[in-house]
Amino acid sequence: MVLVFLESSNHKIKKNSLEVITYGKKIAKANNGKLIGIHFGALDDSDSCNKYGLDKLFILNEPVFEVFDSRLYTKAIKAVYLAENCQFAFFGFNLNGKALSARLAAALDGGLVNGANSFADLNGGFKVQKTIYSGKAIATYQIVAQHKILSIASNTVSIEENPSTCEVVNFNSGIAASEVKVKKIKEEKVAGEIPLAEADLVVSGGRGLKGPENWGMIEDCAKIIGAATACSRAVADAHWRPHHEHVGQTGGAIAPNLYIAVGISGAIQHLAGVSNSKTILVVNIDPEAPFFKAADYGVVGDAFEVMPKLNEALKKAKGV
Amino acid sequence: MKYLVCISKVPDTTAKISFKNEDKEFNSDGVTFIMNPTDEWYALVRALELKEASGGQVTVINVGPKDNEKFLRSAIAIGADDAVLIEANEETESYYIAKNIAKYAQENGYNFVITGKETISFNSFSLGGMIAEFMDLPFINQATQWMLNGEVSTIYKEIEGGEEVLEVTGNCVISAQKGMAEQRLANMKGIMMAKTKPLAIIPIALGEEKVQVSQYQVTPPRGNCKMFTLDQIDELVQALQSEAKVI
Repeated sequence: MVLVFLESSNHKIKKNSLEVITYGKKIAKANNGKLIGIHFGALDDSDSCNKYGLDKLFILNEPVFEVFDSRLYTKAIKAVYLAENCQFAFFGFNLNGKALSARLAAALDGGLVNGANSFADLNGGFKVQKTIYSGKAIATYQIVAQHKILSIASNTVSIEENPSTCEVVNFNSGIAASEVKVKKIKEEKVAGEIPLAEADLVVSGGRGLKGPENWGMIEDCAKIIGAATACSRAVADAHWRPHHEHVGQTGGAIAPNLYIAVGISGAIQHLAGVSNSKTILVVNIDPEAPFFKAADYGVVGDAFEVMPKLNEALKKAKGV
Repeated sequence: MKYLVCISKVPDTTAKISFKNEDKEFNSDGVTFIMNPTDEWYALVRALELKEASGGQVTVINVGPKDNEKFLRSAIAIGADDAVLIEANEETESYYIAKNIAKYAQENGYNFVITGKETISFNSFSLGGMIAEFMDLPFINQATQWMLNGEVSTIYKEIEGGEEVLEVTGNCVISAQKGMAEQRLANMKGIMMAKTKPLAIIPIALGEEKVQVSQYQVTPPRGNCKMFTLDQIDELVQALQSEAKVI
């Protein structure tokens, strides 16, 4: 049996979780096993459950799970995992997924690969790859432990339909209210933005844009293609853009389908955060910018000339 | 309060990565090693700040070969009170690193275990969560701020599309990222003290292997970058659409 941890937004299963379902379904099929989902909180998405191949969905809706607490979530996940005789547990390689996969591996004495970015090779074991040294190398790991736990980088598999009939189980973990040690005091969401970590397309600006007042063309570009915006460290440090937009070694690491870097030279620390992007387009005035060596497409030119033209062309292409 | 800060040894950010022994082993020839940046800049410095504000003890810990002592001495030079080296081979699995650190923390009554958000070597984000599980403690990952008032930690973290503020009562494990503190350099006094402060070396306890590395490889370079001029922007967009199929 394969257990997959599902996350939702507005009661619908998130894209990254659908990828985890697809990954899990393939492993379940290869082992003639069932695919079991676990979700904390109410979910109103039986369409996706049936369409992508869940055989069973555990819903945990007790008040103790209201605030994400990896300790309590892990206790509940472990209980379901063991009750269903699972051998595999898969998570998304995101903020919560990473915390849970690590905890569950410890709780089950299992083998963990956090950030797996290949489909598992099942010939003679369970081998999976991930990038290491901030994208500079790839490691192939063989999980030899009985319990195999992965968190899976986004875009590792394409979502596939696998019609099934999903049985929904409301599971009661029985965790006492006195176990709650984490309280949420405040949450601030930036309205209307596409969250960077989940974005398929990202448009990013660097020092070459000369000042925060020039971000209009980056935002326009993002709006035209439905992308999230990001920035380099220098830009975040200068407070031109909020810190959560910073991608790179010390900021966030992302792996979108398309990363457009405008006025970013491509220092090794920046590449560490974006080199897993599928396609990279670089716009830079300096033909010697190191980023061109790590890019698929490039334009040597002044961002102030290139971006308006690029935005026009994108508008035409997208019909907006 | 007692703070245990995990310090990893990693190749310098700009190091050229290569492998040997039929791509089964990291080639350390000519590579400069450093303290993992998020461990040093954020986890260690924040622990020191909290100790300076309200007292306590900051211990740095590493699981690795004896030679790693010098990284622990560097951490002491920055301000840690003492150090522990759990002597182990270079490629020890996260599971056993975490298990041994958790055991040490528990037996020695540490209130907080702090790590950097990830190492820049294996990028696994695994250690903090595992330690927390072995100790049955809350784990707040990728925290950007941490305030301590008596027993209550107030912790900020970035979440997808925003920020949240959490309150944790009692002991916990925290992984730290940018925002938590500012890098601190060792001063002369610290460097002198580093030689005299206690550094314990203890053996590691291992068990059955969980995960093996079967192969390393250097990431193949991307194909040649296709260049477009200012007059070819339409062609560029077409390539994004029909060749790369990303928009």
